[in-house]
Amino acid sequence: MITRRQFIKAGLAGGLALSAAGYFYARSRQEAPATGVLRRPSFQERAIVAALVPAVLAGVLPQAGEARSEAIARTVDGVGVAIAGLSAAAQQELSELFTLLGFAPARVLLAGLWPSWEAASVDEVAAFLQGWRTSRLGLLRSAYAALHDLVLGAWYGTPDTWEAIGYPGPPEIL
Amino acid sequence: MRDPFLEGMSQGWQVIDASRLVADRELEADVAIVGSGAGGGIAAEILSKAGLKVAIIEEGPLKTSSDFKMREADAYPQLYQESAARKTKDKAINILQGRCVGGSTTVNWTSSFRTPAATLAHWQREYGLKDLSVEGLAPWFEAVDRRLNIRYWDQSPNENNKLLREAAWKLGVSVAPMRRNVKGCWNLGYCGMGCPTNAKQSMLVTTIPAALTKGGILAHHLRAERLLLKGERIEALECTAMHEAGIHALPYRVRVRAKHYLLAAGAIGTPALLLRSGAPDPSGLLGRRTFLHPTTVAAALMEHEVRGYAGAPQTIYSDHYLDNAAVGGPIGYKLEVPPMHPVLFSTTLQGFGAAHAQLMREFATSHAMLALLRDGFHPDSPGGTVQLGGNGEPVLDYPITDFVWEGVRRSWLAMAELQFAAGAKQVFIVHEQCEGYASWAEAKEAIDKLPLKAHLARVVSAHVMGGCGMAAEAKRGVTDDAGRYRGLANLTVCDGSLFPTSIGANPQQSVYALAARNASRLAEAMTKQPAPALA
Repeated sequence: MITRRQFIKAGLAGGLALSAAGYFYARSRQEAPATGVLRRPSFQERAIVAALVPAVLAGVLPQAGEARSEAIARTVDGVGVAIAGLSAAAQQELSELFTLLGFAPARVLLAGLWPSWEAASVDEVAAFLQGWRTSRLGLLRSAYAALHDLVLGAWYGTPDTWEAIGYPGPPEIL
Repeated sequence: MRDPFLEGMSQGWQVIDASRLVADRELEADVAIVGSGAGGGIAAEILSKAGLKVAIIEEGPLKTSSDFKMREADAYPQLYQESAARKTKDKAINILQGRCVGGSTTVNWTSSFRTPAATLAHWQREYGLKDLSVEGLAPWFEAVDRRLNIRYWDQSPNENNKLLREAAWKLGVSVAPMRRNVKGCWNLGYCGMGCPTNAKQSMLVTTIPAALTKGGILAHHLRAERLLLKGERIEALECTAMHEAGIHALPYRVRVRAKHYLLAAGAIGTPALLLRSGAPDPSGLLGRRTFLHPTTVAAALMEHEVRGYAGAPQTIYSDHYLDNAAVGGPIGYKLEVPPMHPVLFSTTLQGFGAAHAQLMREFATSHAMLALLRDGFHPDSPGGTVQLGGNGEPVLDYPITDFVWEGVRRSWLAMAELQFAAGAKQVFIVHEQCEGYASWAEAKEAIDKLPLKAHLARVVSAHVMGGCGMAAEAKRGVTDDAGRYRGLANLTVCDGSLFPTSIGANPQQSVYALAARNASRLAEAMTKQPAPALA
C-alpha cells in the first residue's frame, strides 16, 4: 500500500514532473521510428515490464526458481507482442510512457520509486501501481489501467495459465 | 469443417489482398462501399442483386472460419479495432469494435433486436424522421430476419444467462429471451472470436459471398484514406494498402472510381473519413453526437459452477430499467450478461496482485452482468465527438457527463441487488475502490459512496453509433432519412453513424434494416428499376 507521504509527494511532484516529461516526450517523438517498421520493445522497456510483472501477477506467478524467471520472461514477451498489435498512436503513447518511467527523475517524482526498476522490490513496485491506480491525475490512472491490461492480458492469454483458474480452454471442433 | 468463403474464392471470386500489392492500382465500380460490416454487407448484396458492380473496401484482414481457433490471444489482434483495446480520448471507455471482413458482425455476440418503438418515437418527434416508424420499418426487419435467420434462441440459456433470469424473476423485474442470427448453432460460446462453424449469419458468410458471386470486388487490408472532392461530387476514393499485420501503411495506393460512394466504416470510421476528406458540413454536426451505450460491469461469486465461457453468450435480457423510465428522463439501461473468457474477464476486473489472483481462482464460479446505458436522449447526454489525431487517425472524445454518471451508480445498485437475489456469495462492482460486498445491505451502502470518476469506474462499450445523424431538417442532421449526405450528391451513409441517438438495444439489426432500406432506395435511383428483395 502506498503511504500517505508517498501520495503527497507524488501529488506535489506530479505537475513538475509532467512538464519535464513534456519536453522529454517532444524529444522521444522526434526519434520515433518511421511507419512501416514493426515495433520492438527497447531494452529499458523490457526491464520495466519485467519489474511490473511480479507485482501485477503476485499470487499466480511461480514462487521461485527457473519456473518463475521463465514465466516472467514469457509474460514480458507477451506484453511486447500485445503492444505491437495496438494502433500506431497507442504504441507511440506507450513508448512515451516507458521512456518516461525509464527516466530516473520522473521515476522518483512521478512513480515514487527510488530504486531502479531492476533493483525495486515487488512491494515497492506494487506501491507505485497502487499510487497510479488511485492517483488524482487521470493521466496516471489511465496509464495504470494500460499496464494492468497489458500484463494480465499477456498472462491469461497463455493456455498453460488456464488450469489454475478452472478454464478448460476452447472445445475441439472436428 | 467446411470453409465456404475459401471455397467461393477457389471458384473465382474477385478478392484483393492489398497487403500483397507491389504497385499502385486503380479499381472501377458502380458503387464503392467503404466497410464490410453490417451496413456495407447488406448494401453490397442488394446493390449487386440490382445489377450494379460494387467494390467493397475493408481496412481489416480477411479471416474465415478456418482461422477462427477460439483463442483470445489470436482473435483480438486479428479481428478487432486496436486489438480490442480501442479507447476514448481520455481512455475512460474501452471500445470493442470489429475490424475484419464482416466487421463487427464477424465478432459480435449475435444479439438481435429491432429498433425499440420508444427510440423510433423519439426520432420522429425530435428529428422529424416520420417514415422511420415501427410499421414503416417492419417490412425491412422482416426481410432481414429471413435473410439472416433471426429468431428466438430455442436452446436452454447457459448458466450465466439463467442467473440473470432467475434473479429477475425473484425481484419481479421483467426479463425476456433474445433473438439471434444463427443457423445450426453449436452453442459453443465463442462468437466473439469469430464463429468456427459458420453458424453465425454474419456478413462474412451471407451478404458478402452473395455480392462476390454476383461479380463484386472485395479488397481487404485497404484503408479508405480520403474522398477526392470536386464541388458537390466525389471524384474518387483514395485508399492506402496496409501491411499484413494491419497496423502500418504500405507505400501503395489504390484509387477507386465509382458513380456513387457508400460509407459504412462504422460510427468512428465513417465520420473520420469525411473529416479527413474535408467534406462539407452544412449542419456543423459531422462527427458530433457519437453514442456508445456506456456499459458498466458487475461480477459475482456464486456457490456453484457458472462456466460463463460455455454456451451462447447472450440469450436473456432485461429492459425493466428502460421500460420503467421516461425516454427523455434520467438515463435508463438494458441488462445483459457477457461471455466470460480469461483475457476479457481478467483485464476487466479491477485490482492486481493477490486480490486479483484470488478473484481469478473463482473464474468458473463467477457470474458477470452488464448494464448498457441509453445515451443521447437527454440534453445532458450529448455523446462524444470524433476528431482526427496527428496522423489522421480517428480519436473519439466522449466525456462522461454527470447525467450519465448518475445512471452508472443506479445500474451498479440494480446489478448488485439482482446478483444477491440470484444467490451470490459476494458481488464486485467493477470499480477500483470496490473490494467486494458480502450482502445486498453492505453493497447498497458502499455503492452509494463509490466515487464516480473516470478510470476508477470501469466503463466499456461494444456499440458505437451516431456522428452522421439523420434528421428531416437540414440544420439538424448530417444526413436525411435515406442516408443521403447533405452537401455531396453521390454519397450515402449506410451504417450506425446514421443514428441520431443511441438505439437502446444491441444495434446490429437496426443497422441491417436501415441499410436494406437505404441501399434499396439507392439501387432504385441508380437503375430506375424496383430494387430486388433482400430475402
